Amino acid sequence: MKILEIKDLRKSFGKTEVLKGVSFSMEEGEVLSIIGSSGSGKTTLLRSINFLEEADCGKIYVEGNCIYDGSSAKKLTAAQVRENQLNFGLVFQSFNLFPQYTALENVTLAPLLLAKERSDYKANKKAIIEEIENNAKALLERVGLADRMDNYPCQLSGGQQQRVSIARALALNPKVLFFDEPTSALDPELTGEILRVIRDLAQKKVTMVIVTHEIDFARNVSDRIIFMADGVVLEDGTPADVLDNPKHEKTKAFLRKLNDK
Amino acid sequence: MSIFITVTLSLLEGLLTTFKIFALTLLMALPLGLIISFGSMSKIKVIKWPIKTLIWVIRGTPLMLQLIVFGFGPGLLGIDGMDTFVAVMIAFVLNYACYFSEIFRGGIEGIPKGQYEAGAVLGLKKSQIFFKIILMQVVKRIIPPMSNEFLTLVKDTSLANTIMIYEITWNAKRFMNSEHILWPLFYSGVFYLAFCGILTLIFGYIEKKLDYYKG
Repeated sequence: MKILEIKDLRKSFGKTEVLKGVSFSMEEGEVLSIIGSSGSGKTTLLRSINFLEEADCGKIYVEGNCIYDGSSAKKLTAAQVRENQLNFGLVFQSFNLFPQYTALENVTLAPLLLAKERSDYKANKKAIIEEIENNAKALLERVGLADRMDNYPCQLSGGQQQRVSIARALALNPKVLFFDEPTSALDPELTGEILRVIRDLAQKKVTMVIVTHEIDFARNVSDRIIFMADGVVLEDGTPADVLDNPKHEKTKAFLRKLNDK
Repeated sequence: MSIFITVTLSLLEGLLTTFKIFALTLLMALPLGLIISFGSMSKIKVIKWPIKTLIWVIRGTPLMLQLIVFGFGPGLLGIDGMDTFVAVMIAFVLNYACYFSEIFRGGIEGIPKGQYEAGAVLGLKKSQIFFKIILMQVVKRIIPPMSNEFLTLVKDTSLANTIMIYEITWNAKRFMNSEHILWPLFYSGVFYLAFCGILTLIFGYIEKKLDYYKG
């Protein structure tokens, strides 16, 4: 069964149509990279799937269940949107860590709040909190921040902040983890540590969608690559297909420009 | 008993009233200000525009005039028996809530959108996002403008004497008529100064406390 399926997703801002019917799907454990020049709609696609923007029409399926249907007249309630969002994790370009909390607190905040909604929370409060904290610590260790757990975001480098935000997203066990240009806000010498973490997640079969400008990295880590231009998917295939034998002129031009750099 | 001690005791008695107005105003105007700030940011026009108008009227007229309206207005309308102190509190709370609301609004609107979005993708409710993520950051940002308002409030309490509330300035002025001496008024300044000095220290302490993070 497909873990995620997007059908004909469309989104306009005013008169500008940013997504002109995007469809793709992915299997569990797959790593998909989305490339394309700025303005091609990559970020809007990610934001629409994560319900930060409301798509105008189209359908989103998770494990075969339709969680969004643009043709339905009924608007999603706030509770439904929340429930949908919990299927996914999103790592932002600008990290968006909560500055008043330590690295560890950033990771535990959402799980602790969500745990309060569990029916057995009162009975097993201590055990639940301990489990959440241990899980958060393990995640921070996994991204190489075992010795930084009690630091505040302002005491961490950009790369470390982004690793905390990856741990924060993983703490809720998302079915699909999305990355929105995770290295674009980082100094070049810091991108490596993020890419290493993502590669490690790929080896552990975490299902991921990565919007990126790092073509070499995309080739290395992805099972599939999508090339977007002007709000549509132009190429969808293995890294070798898309990067070495592109079908469309626009893809060729895009890759040529990157190689010129 | 020397006149100095008489004056000091009288001013201390007035200070108590001054402090009462100060504390009660904060206690009620801070939460009301937060509610008004939500109203002024509302997307619903029938909420937003009346609130905006209220803020305009309250900030656009002198507090002294508002005191007179609430102090004498009910009597003019034939409503008797409204306590003068209640009138003072209504005027102060409403006035300060409107000023606070604009400070809150500035603080809330200054928080980057990404903070809300990060909370949303983590599946948090709107109320959780506000109270667990946004509010602390707003508090840190609004400490400097808030300390200004707190200090202004200390001194604005003196306006209450326009509708016969016996706060510190009233008590000082009384000696001008009864004893024909002016110095109790100057002396009253020392009390305001001490009050504001303590507040400044408290605000400095809070600012330091919140210094552990940036943003």
